[in-house]
Amino acid sequence: MTLVIGSIQLGFLYAILALGIYITFRILNLPDLTVDGSFSFGMACAAVITLSGHPFLALLIAIIAGALAGCMTGLLQTKLSIHPILSGILVMTGLYTINLGIMGGKSNLSLVGSSTLFMKMESVFGSVNGKTSLAFLVCIIVIIILAVFFKTKAGLAIRATGDNEDMVRSSSINANLSKCIGLSLGNACVALSGALICQYQMFSDVSAGSGMVVIGLASVIIGETIIGKRSVTIGLISSAAGSIIYRIIIALALKVDLFPSYALKLISAVIVMIALSGPSIKASIEQYKVRREARNHLD
Amino acid sequence: MNGLKQMLDLRNVSKTFYPGTVNEKKALNCINLHLEQGDFVTIIGSNGAGKSTLFNAIAGSFFIDNGAILLDNKNITADPDYKRAYDIGRLMQDPMKGTAPSMTIEENLALAYTRKSKKGFFALNKSDASHFREILAALDLGLENRMKTKVGHLSGGQRQAITLLMCTISSPKLLLLDEHTAALDPAAAQKILKITTDIVNENKITTMMITHDIKAALSLGNRTIMMDEGEIILDIKGDKREKLTVEELLTYYSKERKKQLTNDRMLLI
Ligand SMILES: Nc1ncnc2c1ncn2[C@@H]1O[C@H](COP(=O)(O)OP(=O)(O)O)[C@@H](O)[C@H]1O
Ligand SMILES: [Mg+2]
Repeated sequence: MTLVIGSIQLGFLYAILALGIYITFRILNLPDLTVDGSFSFGMACAAVITLSGHPFLALLIAIIAGALAGCMTGLLQTKLSIHPILSGILVMTGLYTINLGIMGGKSNLSLVGSSTLFMKMESVFGSVNGKTSLAFLVCIIVIIILAVFFKTKAGLAIRATGDNEDMVRSSSINANLSKCIGLSLGNACVALSGALICQYQMFSDVSAGSGMVVIGLASVIIGETIIGKRSVTIGLISSAAGSIIYRIIIALALKVDLFPSYALKLISAVIVMIALSGPSIKASIEQYKVRREARNHLD
Repeated sequence: MNGLKQMLDLRNVSKTFYPGTVNEKKALNCINLHLEQGDFVTIIGSNGAGKSTLFNAIAGSFFIDNGAILLDNKNITADPDYKRAYDIGRLMQDPMKGTAPSMTIEENLALAYTRKSKKGFFALNKSDASHFREILAALDLGLENRMKTKVGHLSGGQRQAITLLMCTISSPKLLLLDEHTAALDPAAAQKILKITTDIVNENKITTMMITHDIKAALSLGNRTIMMDEGEIILDIKGDKREKLTVEELLTYYSKERKKQLTNDRMLLI
């Protein structure tokens, strides 16, 4: 039971990461690799500010930090015309140094002894409920804000930019601006997720972000497979749900010793690979059937 | 002056692709063109004459090498494409290009309408929706009952009709139509052409239309220009245009072509 509750808590916290990935990969249709860096960026900022005694401010600063990282990637893509994948890699790589700098040159920072938002909630609702309710609350608030935002004019412009950029430009909307806003929004979510994880596990690790793109994408894909993606609001909800399901599957598999805990990233990579290869595998099967059918007629 | 307002003014517009290489291509060669408000110009010319390039130059897909472009007496030569799009509507041959396939009809129209609609928070609202329903109903395609349908599910003709609405929904100063019926089946093409003329006439939008249909070029609009090798080689309107037949136009075209060929030969000798 504690296992499931633990995965649900982690699921909600990483759900915010999945929401960020959903915005950049699905809505904006951009392969954004800033994520690995901005996750650690949020974590590093949150660690230092929480240690100084401001756990709530830590989250706000992390959000702003993530947004700045996303905006930087957007500017590289649009103003300097650097390839989207490379733009993300450049910012991610640069952030590694910045994150180490923020954490005073140390690759780990422990929060032991300082007060986090989770502790505040625990003192009111008890140990388990406190953590779960905070994770749930933040996740729901982010989903509601995003769902409303994507119904506004700016939100519609971002959706259209991912769908048909030419059409957006010919509707007299600055597509470059839309991309920057979308990337900022996505990475703000990612950094917030990093900040919450930092307060949850009581430490910050400069390499915590590595592989987060794939983990987030796996959650998005699991959610889409199970719930679907009819509209943006449903897509957001399904991404969050996908994150929780992902965490439960992983926890159960670890519990029965299906694989060692360090296999996590390989599993995520395989999930994404299988999900993305679905259409081509289906096409191969079709082709095989056609060939067999044709042979029957030739005999 | 005759009191009509000058809407589009192209002054010595030139554009060369790959300058200084073996592939150098003078796509626009010192184009001068003046359109008055309400002009409906049809543009003809062989493949590669520079017709689409002329539209690209006006819409700002690239910056021109020489010359100036004025729209409604405002210099737009250095404006980026999305800023020009505030006043210029543009329709391409490919019906897939003008709409966002995974968004609904209503959302596509709302996006195009953000240009001129009142400042509001949400993209979709009741008063805009009733306006959209009205203009969709005028198309007579039954689309007004399918506002929540994703545009990707519509036929090419239906998508082109939606794009036409999106291009004209904010009363542009200039409408550019680049063979916008060429990819459609004959019946759909007729329908779209009819809708086009209805919208243009009703809103008195200054329009330029590229077409391969010489008969349509002479029967629609009030002025016809012919392009060849990046130049305007014929520009007729009024009485002269009324009397011109398709055959005469074709003869004229091949004569001009030959003249150019002999000139080239003279240069070679
Ligand atoms: N973006 C471009 N880059 C290089 N060459 C181009 C470009 N656009 C058009 N051209 C060339 O300019 C010439 C005119 O093309 P275009 O304007 O498309 O002709 P059309 O009159 O058939 O529309 C062609 O030779 C074409 O190859
Ligand atoms: Mg063309």
